[in-house]
Amino acid sequence: MMADRIFVYIDHHLGEAVVASWEALYAASTIAASMSSGVTALVVGDGVRSLAEEAIAHGASAAVVRESPSLKDFRPELYADVVSGVLKESRPEVLVLPTTGRTRELGAMVAVDLDTGVTPDAIALEVEESAVVATRPIYAGKLLTKEVSRTRRPQIVMVRSRAFPRPTPDTARKGPVDVAAVTPGASATEVLGYRASDGGVSLTDASVIVSGGRGVSNNGRLTPPPEITDEKQQEIWRAHQGFELIRQMASVLGAAVGASRAAVDAGYIPYSNQVGQTGKVVAPDLYIACGISGAIQHLAGMRTSKTIVAINKDPEAPIFKLARFGIVGDLYEIVPALTEAFRTQLGK
Amino acid sequence: MNIVVCVKQTPDTAATVTVENGKVTWGDAPLVLNPWDEFAVEQSLRIKEAHGGKVTVISLGLEGAREALKQALAMGCDEAILLQDPSFAAADTLVASAALAAALRKLDPLDLALFGRTSVDSDTGVTAAQVARRLGWPSLTLVAAVVAVDPQGRTIEVERMLEEGRQQVRAQLPAVVSVVKEIGEPRYPSFMGIRKASKAEIPTWSAADMGLQAPSPAVTWPALIAPPRVNTHCEMISADSPGEAAAQLVQRLMEEKVL
Ligand SMILES: Cc1cc2nc3c(=O)[nH]c(=O)nc-3n(C[C@H](O)[C@H](O)[C@H](O)COP(=O)(O)OP(=O)(O)OC[C@H]3O[C@@H](n4cnc5c(N)ncnc54)[C@H](O)[C@@H]3O)c2cc1C
Ligand SMILES: Nc1ncnc2c1ncn2[C@@H]1O[C@H](COP(=O)(O)O)[C@@H](O)[C@H]1O
Repeated sequence: MMADRIFVYIDHHLGEAVVASWEALYAASTIAASMSSGVTALVVGDGVRSLAEEAIAHGASAAVVRESPSLKDFRPELYADVVSGVLKESRPEVLVLPTTGRTRELGAMVAVDLDTGVTPDAIALEVEESAVVATRPIYAGKLLTKEVSRTRRPQIVMVRSRAFPRPTPDTARKGPVDVAAVTPGASATEVLGYRASDGGVSLTDASVIVSGGRGVSNNGRLTPPPEITDEKQQEIWRAHQGFELIRQMASVLGAAVGASRAAVDAGYIPYSNQVGQTGKVVAPDLYIACGISGAIQHLAGMRTSKTIVAINKDPEAPIFKLARFGIVGDLYEIVPALTEAFRTQLGK
Repeated sequence: MNIVVCVKQTPDTAATVTVENGKVTWGDAPLVLNPWDEFAVEQSLRIKEAHGGKVTVISLGLEGAREALKQALAMGCDEAILLQDPSFAAADTLVASAALAAALRKLDPLDLALFGRTSVDSDTGVTAAQVARRLGWPSLTLVAAVVAVDPQGRTIEVERMLEEGRQQVRAQLPAVVSVVKEIGEPRYPSFMGIRKASKAEIPTWSAADMGLQAPSPAVTWPALIAPPRVNTHCEMISADSPGEAAAQLVQRLMEEKVL
C-alpha cells in the first residue's frame, strides 16, 4: 500500500469517536489536493476496528488500526509509543489531530519522540512551499498567529473543535484497512474509573450555547423559601431559579449551558460550565449571553462564536460591543419570552 | 516531598494585546505570574504542607521573569531558579520542554513537577506532557483534584477533567501534573512571604550549567494577525413588551439563517 502523506489521528473515548475527529478529517481533506495525497486515518485502541470504517465514511482514503487490550483506556505514554511507531514506519509529511484533552498530551509526546513541532488549536490550514501553515489564536484569541514547521517532518497540527465542518458520512465509501495487534510496554499509570459529567450537551461540541452570568441571581421579586435565611444562600437560590429559565431555553434549542466566572465563583453553577479565559473556549453558531457584562476574560472564551446575542439590563454593558443582536431588559422577562418564541418557531 | 513548580511570566489577562510593526505589544500593561501557574503553586504548597518537603519554582524567561518567581516565593515556595540562555531565544515548546526537563534532571531526586494548564500568552498547553515525555515520567494533565499522595508507596492519585467527565488515575512518582482551576483558589502572598521574596537570591542556570545542548526550535511564526473587529455593529431589538422583543429577535435570527 502506498502510504499517504497525510495521516489523521482519530480521537475517541473508550471506542466512541469524538466529532472533532471527523472535523480533523475534513481539515486534512482541504490540504490533501495541494499535497497530492490521500488521507490515512490512524486508529489506536482496543476493539476499535469499526472506527476505521467510520473514518473512511467520513472521507479517509485508507485506515491503519493498531489494537491491544491494554490500550482500552487512553494513556498518553502508551498511545504515543504506538503513534510514533507508525509514523516512523510510514513517514507521512503531516499528522492532523483534533484538539482534545487527550490529543494535546498525545501530540505533545509524539512531537518529542520525532523531534518535531506541534501546533494545537489550528483554525485554518494552508499549504505553502509544501509546508502546512496553520493559523491559531494566541493571547486568548486577542491575536492570531500563523505557525509552521518548515524543516521538521512530520508536521503535527491539531485542529480546534468546530473550526472545520463535519463531513457528511457516506457509508458506501470503501478503502483499505491495515489492522495489526501491538504489545505496548508496561505503564506507570492506572485508570481507576470515570465519572460522567452531569449530562446535557457538552459545551465544546455545542452548536448553540445559552450562558448566564451574575445577573442571573438579580431578581428582588423572587422570595426564597423561609428556611433559607442566610443571605448568600438566598442569592444562590435566586440564581438557581434564573439558571432554570436558562436551562429551559437551552433545552428547546438543544443547546449547552454556559456561565461566566462570576456565576461560577458565586456558587451558582459548577466550574465545568465556565466559559472564558480560565474556563472553556467555545465557538458555537449561536451564543446567547444572559446577564453577562462581557469582561475581556469572558470574551476570550466565546468571541469567535458565529452569532452572539446579548440580553442585559444595562444598555452600556460591554457585551453589546461584540454582540450581533442585543435586547436591553430584565432576563427574568426576556428569557422566558424567548423560550416561548423559539418553541413556537421550532414547533416544539 | 521534593517538588518543582514550572511557572511563566505572562501579560496580565486584562491587557489589550495588539500587533505593532509585526511584534506583539501589550502597552504598559503589567506582566504577571501566568494565572494558571498560581494554581500549580497553590497545589505544590498544599502537598508540602501535608507531607513536608521543599518546593522549588523555576522559570525559563527574560530578566523580568524574576518577578513571577518572586511572586511564587512570596506565596510560600522555598527556592527559585531562572533558566536563561541565548539558545532559549525564540523558544517553542520543544526548546522550552528540553530546558525545563534539563533543570528537573539537575534537581533530581524529585517526586513531582507541577505545571499550569496552559500559558495565557502562547496558549499551547503542551509543555507539561513534553517535559514528562523527555523525563520518562507519567503525565497527568488537567488535574482537578489531587486525591492522595503516598510518598512511601511512591504513588499519586488524581482526578482529571476530560471533555467527557472526570477520570480517576493513579500513577507512580515521580510524575508530571498540570492543574486546572478546580483545585481551589490560590492563596495571597503573606506579608512575611513578600519580605522574604524581596530579599531572595535567584540563581540563573544556563544551558551549559544544565549540561544541555538545546534543540533548535521546530516552529516559526511567519505572521501575526490582529483579528478583524467583527460585529462592531450591534442591532438592538426594542419593542413594547418582552414577548414582542423575543418574536422580533427570533425573526431576525431566521432571516440571518442563524436558526
Ligand atoms: C485571571 C482572570 C481570569 C478570568 N477568567 C474568566 C473566565 O474564564 N470567564 C469569565 O467569565 N470571567 C473570567 N474572569 C472574570 C471577569 O473579569 C469578570 O469578572 C466576569 O466575567 C464577570 O462575570 P459577569 O459578567 O457574570 O458579572 P458582572 O460583570 O457582575 O455582570 C453582570 C451583568 O448582569 C447584568 N444584569 C444584572 N441583573 C440583570 C437582570 N436581571 N437581567 C439582565 N441583566 C442583568 C448587569 O447589567 C451586568 O452587566 C477572569 C478574571 C481574571 C482576573
Ligand atoms: N517559559 C516557561 N518557564 C517555566 N514554565 C513554563 C514555561 N512555559 C510554560 N511553562 C509551564 O508549562 C505550562 C503550560 O504552558 P504552555 O504549554 O506554554 O501552554 C505553564 O502553565 C507552565 O507551568
